Amino acid sequence: MKVRVDPERCQGHARCYALAPELFEVDDYGLSSALGDGTVPAGSEERARLAIANCPEFAISEVGVEG
Amino acid sequence: MGETTPVEDWAGDFDVLDPGYVADPFARWDDLRERCPIAHSNRRGSTWLPTRYEDVTAMAHDVDHFSSLDISVIPFEGEGPEDPAEAVLPYGVPPISADPPLHTWTRRLLLPWFSHRRVESYEAVTRELCSGLIEGFLEQGRADAAVDYAQQIPVRVIARILGVPAEMADTFTEWVRDVLEFADDPEKRIEGMTGLITYFLAEIERRKVEPGEDLLSELLHSEFEGVPVEESLVLGVAALVLIAGVDTTWSAIGSSLWHLAGHPGDRERLLAEPELMALAVEELLRAYSPVTMARIVTGDVDFGGCPMKAGDKVLMNFPAANRDPAAFERPEEVILDRAVNRHVAFGSGIHRCAGSNLARMELRVALEEWLRRIPVFSLAEAEEVTWAGGQVRGPRLLPVVFR
Ligand code: HEM
Ligand code: SF4
Repeated sequence: MKVRVDPERCQGHARCYALAPELFEVDDYGLSSALGDGTVPAGSEERARLAIANCPEFAISEVGVEG
Repeated sequence: MGETTPVEDWAGDFDVLDPGYVADPFARWDDLRERCPIAHSNRRGSTWLPTRYEDVTAMAHDVDHFSSLDISVIPFEGEGPEDPAEAVLPYGVPPISADPPLHTWTRRLLLPWFSHRRVESYEAVTRELCSGLIEGFLEQGRADAAVDYAQQIPVRVIARILGVPAEMADTFTEWVRDVLEFADDPEKRIEGMTGLITYFLAEIERRKVEPGEDLLSELLHSEFEGVPVEESLVLGVAALVLIAGVDTTWSAIGSSLWHLAGHPGDRERLLAEPELMALAVEELLRAYSPVTMARIVTGDVDFGGCPMKAGDKVLMNFPAANRDPAAFERPEEVILDRAVNRHVAFGSGIHRCAGSNLARMELRVALEEWLRRIPVFSLAEAEEVTWAGGQVRGPRLLPVVFR
């Protein structure tokens, strides 16, 4: 599983970081990005899905999955 | 002021200051969402009230048609004394009252002060503050959870960040309430705004001589594209931080305690599963979202079948959006560990609350400290809970007992 943050949509609500700090980094201006190349380490899939489902700007997606 | 005729037709003549609506707007929104999802009223100028998540978020993103140049839910009625803000705040209180490009760079001046990293450094003092407040009333076995607790917290944290004395807290609170809560009384509104402006102007002068390491000093010495930021902007941004950070967060803390006082099952669950707190905070923010903002329609536009005219107001009804069954399962229920919760209590789009990290931390810490010291509490019987509404909704009197 791999996740990506769309920088055009992200508005810095930081829900992703709160739910899965091991997967996202949010800079001082609120812009989030997936850590590394976005690959979700084993055991973090559930939290990655939570982050996707709680982003109010629909900015996070699973790479290779429509939606 | 205040003298309202009762509403008969909510779809065509709503009144956001109707006392019944202020105390319990939820069923009203559910009804409107079903039969007239963008209601209208002429009570305070031509104003639209959307209740669907989809509409509210679409409008918040459409900054070309819906401008932030006037964001007050209760308009300033021009009779009597003049609005003191007009002369000294030509740009209002940006970024909240600005559109791009002014919005973009004034917002960037503020954001680093409220990054999640910076906010972590304010947590210990917030916890100490909460615990000290509880010490003050714990022995009495009763307290007003709004007046003695919720109201006391955010103003002191903000004062510290701005670099102004915490002893001023009660005065700040009064000014902010005058501006936001008693906004339909022009005299109060002017009193509050004048107080804020005069105070911050003096503080700015002081910092020119002795700069500190606070937000106000830093704003005063900041630049945009090589040019020092104008003083009227510094004043506006500083006033905004106070106005936006006080009533709002105190209302969220109050509503959350009100919920827990009346729902022992949820209270017990949080005590048994403290790890739920982070999700619970989001759910309480969703269910009892305190803040409604306004927008001004820039040109005639048809939105969702509604003929909106240039100059009309639209109320960004984030609280009702957060109760929309099309966006949330069983929205009327508080589900502490709700797993899918794209709530917009902090807005949506470019004006997303710049203080949201701080607000979340304050709400979480305030609830954690309260539950740690006062695990069992309930509403005081036969005593009244009162609510403020309009721009910011939350309990203002909240008597609880715990012994
Ligand atoms: C639970 C507490 C809070 C809630 C529910 C809340 C809600 C909101 C909302 C809905 C907006 C969007 C305004 C719009 O769309 O026009 C906003 C903006 C803003 N809030 Fe908050 N707020 C809270 C606490 C705070 C705190 C503690 C601060 C402290 C600095 C703050 C500072 C701001 C600022 C500066 C903006 C303007 C952002 C912009 O226009 O770019 N808020 N807030
Ligand atoms: S939750 Fe969404 S909008 Fe917020 S920081 Fe993460 S990606 Fe950005």
